[in-house]
Amino acid sequence: MSCGAKSGGGCGSGGACGCAGERRDTVDDARRDFLRGAAATAVTTLAAGVTLYSFGAESAAARAPGEEVSSKVRWGLLIDASKCGDGCTACVTACQTENGWRDTGHPETDPQWIRKLTVENPINGASFSLPMMCQHCADPPCVDVCPTGASFKRADGIVLVDKHICIGCRYCMMACPYKARSFVHEPLEDQKPYAPRGKGTVESCTLCVHRVDEGRIPACVEACNDTGGGAMLFGDLNDPSSEISKRVAAYRTTRIRSDLGCEPGVYYRNI
Amino acid sequence: MARIAYQKLEDHSPVFWGLLALNAVVVLAGLGAAFFMEHNGHIVTGMNNQIVWGMPHVFAVFLIIAASGALNVASIASVFNRQQYKPYAPLSALLAIALLVGGLAVLVLDLGRPDRLIVAMTTYNFKSIFAWNIYLYIGFLAIVAAYLFAMMDRQASRSVRLGKTVGGIAFVWRLVLTTGTGSIFGWLVAREAYSAAIMAPLFIAASLLFGLAFTVLVLVILGPQMRQDLLTDEMVARFRGLLALFSLTVLYFTAVHHLTKIYASEYHGIERFLLLDGGAYTTVFWLGQIVIGSLLPLAILALPSFGRTRSAIAVASVLFLLGGLAQIYVIIIGGQAYPLDLFPGMEVTSSFQDGQVAHYTASLPEVLLGLSGISIAMLMAGIAVKLLPFLPRPAQ
Repeated sequence: MSCGAKSGGGCGSGGACGCAGERRDTVDDARRDFLRGAAATAVTTLAAGVTLYSFGAESAAARAPGEEVSSKVRWGLLIDASKCGDGCTACVTACQTENGWRDTGHPETDPQWIRKLTVENPINGASFSLPMMCQHCADPPCVDVCPTGASFKRADGIVLVDKHICIGCRYCMMACPYKARSFVHEPLEDQKPYAPRGKGTVESCTLCVHRVDEGRIPACVEACNDTGGGAMLFGDLNDPSSEISKRVAAYRTTRIRSDLGCEPGVYYRNI
Repeated sequence: MARIAYQKLEDHSPVFWGLLALNAVVVLAGLGAAFFMEHNGHIVTGMNNQIVWGMPHVFAVFLIIAASGALNVASIASVFNRQQYKPYAPLSALLAIALLVGGLAVLVLDLGRPDRLIVAMTTYNFKSIFAWNIYLYIGFLAIVAAYLFAMMDRQASRSVRLGKTVGGIAFVWRLVLTTGTGSIFGWLVAREAYSAAIMAPLFIAASLLFGLAFTVLVLVILGPQMRQDLLTDEMVARFRGLLALFSLTVLYFTAVHHLTKIYASEYHGIERFLLLDGGAYTTVFWLGQIVIGSLLPLAILALPSFGRTRSAIAVASVLFLLGGLAQIYVIIIGGQAYPLDLFPGMEVTSSFQDGQVAHYTASLPEVLLGLSGISIAMLMAGIAVKLLPFLPRPAQ
């Protein structure tokens, strides 16, 4: 199946899609992919409601259709800035391809669900690079300020926007400490069915919730592992046996603007 | 004290109808601008992902602040029992409603999805100060409407207790409302320009100034005949004193706000930006809010003889309102233009304008939409004084 040729919308314009890895828009493809991932990463469903899983680089645990999101899970990311290449934008490109947002030549109004930051110490010139996206805070200011409740946090910690009740007031953008949200300034076309967007509403990183619910990992993490520096790790912060929990426990990590007390779900190393 | 008789505006002059027509044209232009923005998306505005609130919000917040302040004249009469202000109370309440409707109209028409207004009215997140404000605004309209009824209904107006009770509720409500408006900014912890409890009293002080300035201007605009009768020398002197007092209060809170920030090293960057090297924002602050919007009108009011005239308080009111717009512009746009501090002490760059001062140039549709808020208020007030007896009948 050629990239960009699907009814679901393809990879978009602007050279954002590298087609590294075929798009998986059909149910069969997605199912095949899920089964492959499930086998590879030892996801074993023993009985209804009892799931054993381990978090490797490839997959998480699938949520059965109709199954409630559990607060026992706290999805999060660990990003090692020392492995994040300065010029590498694999995560950004993957997110664009996956979710259908793109560069339209209007840098100030184009959405950016994820972006690369270069941070430099002005005193000695030391610098590092890292991806910045919604930090999926435990106490998200965007959720607090949203007048209609369109900004919400799932039980598993993923912060989302309900596009059906977002009125486009942008107060969440005023409140977000991370500049993680974008407002859709222009009419849209070629949307992804699993990542609905809407002119006049606010959007941000969904932590690829559609993939996570299928037991897959976010597109940015997958791309970083495949073609980037392997800097990103996704997993359940509530599970002490998960790889991410072990690493967060073993290494000194930082959460950006942790002084604000928002309890982000994204941890960084070596910054 | 003798009962006050009220009358409709009898002015049939071309100037009155001309002003009404002008406001109607601006309202139509604003509605056209809103449709244009809704149809094409906010790409046709100067707003972007850095400056997410632009000129419509400047006008909307300005009008909402002014609305609560416009009620002040009525409150002075009913709550503080100053009978000299009583003749102006219905007009003051009318202006409060009109200005709030004008401000809210702009706010709603700027939404990304104005068609979802019903969602905003029916789906609430009660942790949001924005949601609280929706209740505060609707409640304000209802309470002031009840207040007007208590003042204007033949039966109800006979009850002093009713007038005082409803007037008292309206007074408390307006203070809460402006506290809510200020807290929209004051409670934003992520942005260095905001995140300050003083935003609430600052907005209350500003509301007193803007509201009174609007009231004075409306009294002046009502025509030469009414002007002589409504703006007596005694009232000119009182309004003059109040305008000066309110302006000095705004200056005081503004100074305390900035001095508090300046004292903390953490905020040196944002304060330097706003007060010293922020380009247009620095100019708008010093020249717009401080010089043209505060010191100049205060100087005019302080002039030995001219300062006590109707013309002086009218000119000063225009300048105070221009200063008010400048103040809200710097707060809203300037506060957003300064980059978020993701890594304190470090320099940040990205494809998303991190670490950069954001660009903003208001587009024509935005300005038209904002101006239409003022015109909606003036049109409402103009039609209302023509149809209903809001104005005190001069003593024969």
